[in-house]
Amino acid sequence: MLRIEEIKNSVKKNLRLGNLIPQLLLLFTFVFIIYYFTSNAQTNMASRNISSGFDFLKTNSGFDVQFSLIDYDGSYSFGRAYLVGLLNTLLVSSFGIVFATILGFLVGVARLSNNFLLSKLSQLYVEILRNLPLILQIFFWYFVVLRNLPSTENSFIFLDFLIVNVQGAYFPKFIFTNFNAIFYGLVCAILAIFLARYYSKKLIYERGKSLPVFKISILCLILFTTIFALIGNTDLQLKRAELIQNFGIFNYVGGVKLVPEFLALLFALSLYTSTFIAENVRAGILSVGKGQKEASKSLGFNNSQSLKLIIIPQALRVIIPPTTNQYLNLLKNSSLAAGIGYPDLASVFAGTALSQTGKAIEIIFIVMLTYLSISLIISAFLNWYNHKIAFVEK
Amino acid sequence: MLINFIQWSKKSLFSNWWNSLITLFCIYLLFSIIPPFINWAILDATFSGKLKTDCTAGGACWVFISVWFEKLMYGFYPVEHIWRINLSFIIFIGTIGFSFFVREKYKLYILFFLIFIFPVIAFILIRGGFGLTIVETREWGGLALTFILAIFGIILSFPLGVLLALGRRSELPVIKYFCICFIETWRGIPLLTVLFAAAVMFPLLLPSGTFVDKLLRVAIGIAIFESAYVAEVVRGGLQSLPRGQYDAAKSIGMGYWQMNFFVVLPQAIKTVIPGITNTFIALLKDTPLIYLVGMAEILGIVNMAKANPYWLGMAVEGYVFAAIIFGVVSFILSSYSQKLEKKFSTENK
Repeated sequence: MLRIEEIKNSVKKNLRLGNLIPQLLLLFTFVFIIYYFTSNAQTNMASRNISSGFDFLKTNSGFDVQFSLIDYDGSYSFGRAYLVGLLNTLLVSSFGIVFATILGFLVGVARLSNNFLLSKLSQLYVEILRNLPLILQIFFWYFVVLRNLPSTENSFIFLDFLIVNVQGAYFPKFIFTNFNAIFYGLVCAILAIFLARYYSKKLIYERGKSLPVFKISILCLILFTTIFALIGNTDLQLKRAELIQNFGIFNYVGGVKLVPEFLALLFALSLYTSTFIAENVRAGILSVGKGQKEASKSLGFNNSQSLKLIIIPQALRVIIPPTTNQYLNLLKNSSLAAGIGYPDLASVFAGTALSQTGKAIEIIFIVMLTYLSISLIISAFLNWYNHKIAFVEK
Repeated sequence: MLINFIQWSKKSLFSNWWNSLITLFCIYLLFSIIPPFINWAILDATFSGKLKTDCTAGGACWVFISVWFEKLMYGFYPVEHIWRINLSFIIFIGTIGFSFFVREKYKLYILFFLIFIFPVIAFILIRGGFGLTIVETREWGGLALTFILAIFGIILSFPLGVLLALGRRSELPVIKYFCICFIETWRGIPLLTVLFAAAVMFPLLLPSGTFVDKLLRVAIGIAIFESAYVAEVVRGGLQSLPRGQYDAAKSIGMGYWQMNFFVVLPQAIKTVIPGITNTFIALLKDTPLIYLVGMAEILGIVNMAKANPYWLGMAVEGYVFAAIIFGVVSFILSSYSQKLEKKFSTENK
């Protein structure tokens, strides 16, 4: 009854002339602008003999990409090129988010350290890296640092595991046989962890005792995977990159190769974003009152308990919303890859594919829509999480 | 003095073995970074000369900066007209400096001047016309172009941002949801795609035969993109205003626009100045991206010089030069905005 009344009221209010005219005017202008642009675009495309539409996604692209997670060369379609770009964007963003978070937390905590030198040094790190344009930092890593690495013959080799030279970084490839067994082991371990958490919660409520859930979880993970691996006869082989001389030129072949474009972009993105995350972490920890820690101590919590149950949950409420924004910024900033030619979405699709086909409108539309939908998905997920941990005031 | 220092260092550097370890690590880090950098940048560097071959000391070759200085700063802008760019910047900085010394009620006039009159003056000065020789926009470049675009971007985006912020808080559903969609869409896409769209896509959307200058297209793209961010900052200011202000304005019979222009916005804008400054810093750091759509921005000039056969491999000096300028400007701006924030937060309590 109340709802209907409300709706009636709002309709009445909006039908008043003073309220109706601006809204209709806005709608009309918007529709007119869209109509004006599309009609112009159609005549322009027709006069240049460019067909409009998304059929080009199925035709052969005819260009090659130097770094791809899936099979790709010029004989694949433009749609596949789009997928290559998207996967590369997601790859560099997800690695960047992980590294930036770890680094940001470390620097943020270090800024609050009692050690004078450490806190000043981390402040310097934040102030310098935060105030320089990201594209400058990417250029610096790419053109100055990574270009000056040793040549292929004189590569740095760390523990026979990581090989670094001017052409990139090489890791050994992990080749598992009978990997299924480990997978089933993981599934069982996760089930066991859930069970243990449920049981410990019950124990706390019923008898006031607590279990070391974290230690149990790690034990479960190790135990189950090794047992299953032994039963399932799993074998692990490392396939290292090997130095091969071809027509007098040395080259590393095999293994997992990370191109310098990827590394430069990853370093620049993670360092740049970590400074912002560090500031968020610092603000979050400072926002938890001193009384909270004292209160938890007086309740008999030990240091790690008070950190885990009192300080961090409250600090996270302050840390997470601005950090979400930083994650989204990192994703959007990964488009600067175009500056050094790392084949991400912006550089493969809005760069190479656009100049090949000339279909500016369709391609820019697809690229913008992709970034927009990834941003919206991430922010929707984190809003949900935020809502879940939000402070419930009584 | 010495005893004080020893006591202090015992307390804050070597309080336990873990702390001492961290201190030693920090000292090692400082020693492995600072002396080599000073050697490279000052002790082993070459400051005077005319050519790359003059740089024999092994350190930085600052000759490169002094020879290329005008290109790095002004791009290919004709040398005899450079005073016009300088004059525009002097007017801009002078106006802002002047605003610190005038009384509160005149500050709004200054804001009005900066938003509506200054862009016209600066545009005429820099581009030409009205008796001044016309300098085509493709000759603009260097650091000046970055600052021109960033300043124009923030100034042009301000009125639009304020309107969007008001629209987002409007009670009229069409306007409200239109503004929300507009703001969230622009905030969800990277600036680079906006620049690509302005450079490549936008000409296709205009009637054939019309030609809009590329720099203008890019500037409009930046301004619209930035207006979404400005709108969110202004919205924060609008929300922080107590409800009583709105009620008071309404109760003395003010309409919507009167209320916003004479009561709400003057107070809200004052509180969002730190936020706007931060937005401007972010924009200033993003503007070098115009290099990727083919403009001779300072990084573009450095990358061009690097490929010049006489100046091969001069990238580091160029990047360090650009880094120092960007670092100093954004450091000054951000400490100003932090100071202001602190001042406002104590004023309100």
